[in-house]
Amino acid sequence: MIDKAKKSVAKVKQVAKQQFKAPAPIVPPANLSSKALIVVVIIMSFLACLTLGFVTLIQETSKTWQNQISEEITIQIKPADDQDMEKALIDAKSLALEFSGTLSAEIVDKTDTARLLEPWLGEGFDMDELPVPRLLIITIDKDNPPDFTDMRNTLSESIPNAYLDDHRTWAGRLVSMAQNTVFIGVGLLSLVLVATTLTVVFATRGAMSVNHEIIEVLHFVGAESSFVANEFQKHFLLTGFYGGAIGGGLAALVFFITDIWQDASMATALNDQASALFGSFSMGPAGYLGIVIIIITVAILTALTTRITVIKTIREIDLVRSDPARSDVA
Amino acid sequence: MIRLENVGVRYGMGPEILRDLTFDIPKHSFQFLTGPSGAGKTTLMRLLFMSLRPTRGNISMFGRDVVDIPRDELPLLRRRIGIVFQDFRLLNHLTTYENVALPLRVRGKDESSYRADVVELLEWVGLGERIHVRPQVLSGGEKQRIAIARALIDRPEILLADEPTGNVDPPMALRLLSLFKELNRLGTAVLIATHDLNLMEQVNARHMILSEGHIDIYDR
Repeated sequence: MIDKAKKSVAKVKQVAKQQFKAPAPIVPPANLSSKALIVVVIIMSFLACLTLGFVTLIQETSKTWQNQISEEITIQIKPADDQDMEKALIDAKSLALEFSGTLSAEIVDKTDTARLLEPWLGEGFDMDELPVPRLLIITIDKDNPPDFTDMRNTLSESIPNAYLDDHRTWAGRLVSMAQNTVFIGVGLLSLVLVATTLTVVFATRGAMSVNHEIIEVLHFVGAESSFVANEFQKHFLLTGFYGGAIGGGLAALVFFITDIWQDASMATALNDQASALFGSFSMGPAGYLGIVIIIITVAILTALTTRITVIKTIREIDLVRSDPARSDVA
Repeated sequence: MIRLENVGVRYGMGPEILRDLTFDIPKHSFQFLTGPSGAGKTTLMRLLFMSLRPTRGNISMFGRDVVDIPRDELPLLRRRIGIVFQDFRLLNHLTTYENVALPLRVRGKDESSYRADVVELLEWVGLGERIHVRPQVLSGGEKQRIAIARALIDRPEILLADEPTGNVDPPMALRLLSLFKELNRLGTAVLIATHDLNLMEQVNARHMILSEGHIDIYDR
């Protein structure tokens, strides 16, 4: 009889040994609530990263505008009946280069001028049939700019139809507008980040609510609070990171694809307009770094909320000890 | 090991569920707790498991007043107690083996160090062939046996079992009882809450009868 029992135990042990795999994680794999949490994290990370990308884009464009403005001035020469335009352009160029603080000057030729007007006048128009002003772009030393008033006076004396535009007026407005846009963008980003935080926190708490019984059982079989918290925290850190990485990755992909599209459609009127206003859609390192920071923050936020929820749940279970009326908790 | 003095429990502003309970549970002892439904057996079990504090009176567990035990120390003290809940409280995503091994796992023990013990205990409770299945596909009796195995796996100093044979047939109930007796012989104090008078007659043990909040103890 004893031999039979021993044989039976040995057989079971043998069978068990063959079938054993690594133990299942203490925290159950993704259930419906966890999947909903992942979707929420993906959406909110995507929105936060997208907002961040646009803000950095506008900020970088604003900087580009400021740099371009401080580096360039333009001389515009309007056509007149008895004027040789090409000679006037060369004279203006020579005159401008005589001033201290000017580095180079480039005459915008007829082809480029036509291209500039293409969005309004269309392709293939004859420049000679229209009184189109011509431009001279002068690069200046932004740290030591020329005396614009003196240059303007000298120009108007020599070439009456020439007009010096130092871009300061409209560019100042443009930069001011860009700065306001960045300011609004930062405000929007702050709101999106707050919304992301709250949504992730509440979604995590929702996902954790179905785990109340597991926490209780673990607590009652002798698991310390830190052990239970660590187990759940590990699980939800990965969940948060997974969702955040997908959301952030999608946002980065949007910028990447837009950048490729912009490159592919270069030299078209639409692209020139868009580039002039918004610059390149490619995000700089700061933008990508921001996306990585958002992903990590979302993952940490999820893990931290989980930890707090677990410890709070265990405290609630223990509260019954001192308040039997709260039997609903245990 | 456990001592209760003038213990009373009430829920909120309601009447006292338990009144003036004074008794002790010595080491290596074996006792049955019985009484009509609603007499407060589960409440008493919760007091003994430290998941409930008395409204009045004193409870001393392992030489310490439960009121003075800090929250952080509760899990460590509970490791010395094996408990079988009436509703089993198994984790549905874990297999039979993993549920039984859970107390050892949360204590940080290496899986290879307890695998043979868990398998052997599962064979003892008649679940040797159900090691790798999850609770959803098991009967009430099988779940109950998992809960018992989980409570016994780390050889607790005291076993508290709430209706541990309520869902099993008489032969299995006797088999489980012999397991409790063996455990008791090895040094574990046993307290079984049950309605099964037939089961109680199988062991020459102390009977604690709860009725209308009072307890009567019959030593044998």
